[in-house]
Amino acid sequence: MSRYFTDEHEWIDVAGEIATVGITDYAQEQLGDIVFVELPAEGTSFEKGDDAAVVESVKAASDVYAPISGEVVETNSALEDEPALVNSDAEEDGWFFKLRIADASELEGLMNEAAYKKFVASL
Amino acid sequence: MHGVRLRTRVCVALLLARKGRHMSGNDDIAHIEEELPLQDLPLDAWHRVRGARMVGFAGYHMPIQYEGIMAEHAWTREHAGLFDVSHMGQLTFSGDGVDEALEHLLPSDIKGLKPFRQRYSMLLDEEGGILDDLMVSRLGGGAFDGADIYMVVNGATKYDDIGWMIEHLPDEVVMNHMDEQALLALQGPEAGEALASLIPETADLIFMQSGPFVWRGVPLWISRSGYTGEDGFEISVPAGDVTLLADALCDLPQVKPIGLGARDSLRLEAGLPLYGHDLTPAVSTIGADLGFAIQKRRREEGGFIGHARVMKELADGPGSRRVGLKIEGRLPAREGAAIYAGDVLVGEVTSGGFAPTVGAPIAMGWVSLPHAGLGEALEIEVRGKRIAATVAPMPFVPHRYRRKA
Repeated sequence: MSRYFTDEHEWIDVAGEIATVGITDYAQEQLGDIVFVELPAEGTSFEKGDDAAVVESVKAASDVYAPISGEVVETNSALEDEPALVNSDAEEDGWFFKLRIADASELEGLMNEAAYKKFVASL
Repeated sequence: MHGVRLRTRVCVALLLARKGRHMSGNDDIAHIEEELPLQDLPLDAWHRVRGARMVGFAGYHMPIQYEGIMAEHAWTREHAGLFDVSHMGQLTFSGDGVDEALEHLLPSDIKGLKPFRQRYSMLLDEEGGILDDLMVSRLGGGAFDGADIYMVVNGATKYDDIGWMIEHLPDEVVMNHMDEQALLALQGPEAGEALASLIPETADLIFMQSGPFVWRGVPLWISRSGYTGEDGFEISVPAGDVTLLADALCDLPQVKPIGLGARDSLRLEAGLPLYGHDLTPAVSTIGADLGFAIQKRRREEGGFIGHARVMKELADGPGSRRVGLKIEGRLPAREGAAIYAGDVLVGEVTSGGFAPTVGAPIAMGWVSLPHAGLGEALEIEVRGKRIAATVAPMPFVPHRYRRKA
């Protein structure tokens, strides 16, 4: 399994044709206490860059974009009862949704972990 | 979150020149820019050392949070939080006829305001719209060079307020903007014991009482009031001494520094309006449910700017009202969200978010009178979805002011 990162602070785990998407630990730290996550309906198809989810922190609502194109095959129902999972475990149990990848070539421009770390350090 | 517009400061400076009135502080207007750069408050470095995330607010760099809004909110409800509110405008008034002059500007009873007592009031425009809300108190004990009246106004509106007041005050009344004073708020159920451990005499203050105190030789003006619904104090301290005082307070086991984020969620739970959001020049005192700030004599006698609107709305009712809204589910409704009764647009959310102590989203909004009754079932549109909301009594979390000694 390989993990990719975007400059919108999302991570993408790719296993076969399925991509699991979440926001990075840096992103949750910036957002602060998360009180609600609005997830897409299963079966929804996204183009890369579409609004896919909304994260509500105590202070504000933030959009999460589809990092690649694909169809939503599963969402993380644990976030309904415990949105704070995104704060406590952003890069594992706090995942948002799984996509069936529409175009694997869209992964090519994304960062690996080392590149993302460097990107965050530059902010 | 924008800077103070230079236009305002030029306007103030011009008015000052015209009226020949003294205003302290640095009024350097040599740099002509669209927006003034954000300024630093006296505790700027102190906040940064304590790990604050700083944001632009009311023209200043201010701490939005330290460890996190939820934790800071809970700490303030359980212990005592220290807030830096030095961005707010601290003004004094003195001179012959100061009470009469202020009763022209404010709808509240100033003549009946006893020394060391404080009142909530507001500045109204000619149409009765709210220009700002504020605290006004009668000084005593020689505080602030023996001035008569002390006023605290919102940071984002202070230069406009000063301009408005200069325009409407007679020459005999001297207004002084004390921008060399910092302001701290210590709020929470343990605020009383915490402050008394530094200044024992503060234990005698009750809600909306104030007075001069001395701590390690530093003159302080302290009122028992705040913006969280909890017991607590607001402490005016010379800017040069504020770091020492903030350190002394945060060295106490009850006290932690708290940012603007928790200040907002605390005041929302307390049902207290935020100027520029819940209160604007477009809305009125009676609709805002702030009629308590206009005492009986003032309603009857009038003689203040905006009186006609107040009397009309007392007689006929306001067109819409500021109400509390309990929201079903966990999705917060934010400022700007439309409020519906069935298909009819009946209002707008003016403040909203997750309420940590309530454990659910709450909101404040303006709703047309026929739909503003307690228990009224409404809907709020959030990102194209309707969520159920009910008009609810405020405060959402009971006030715990110390009203008796």
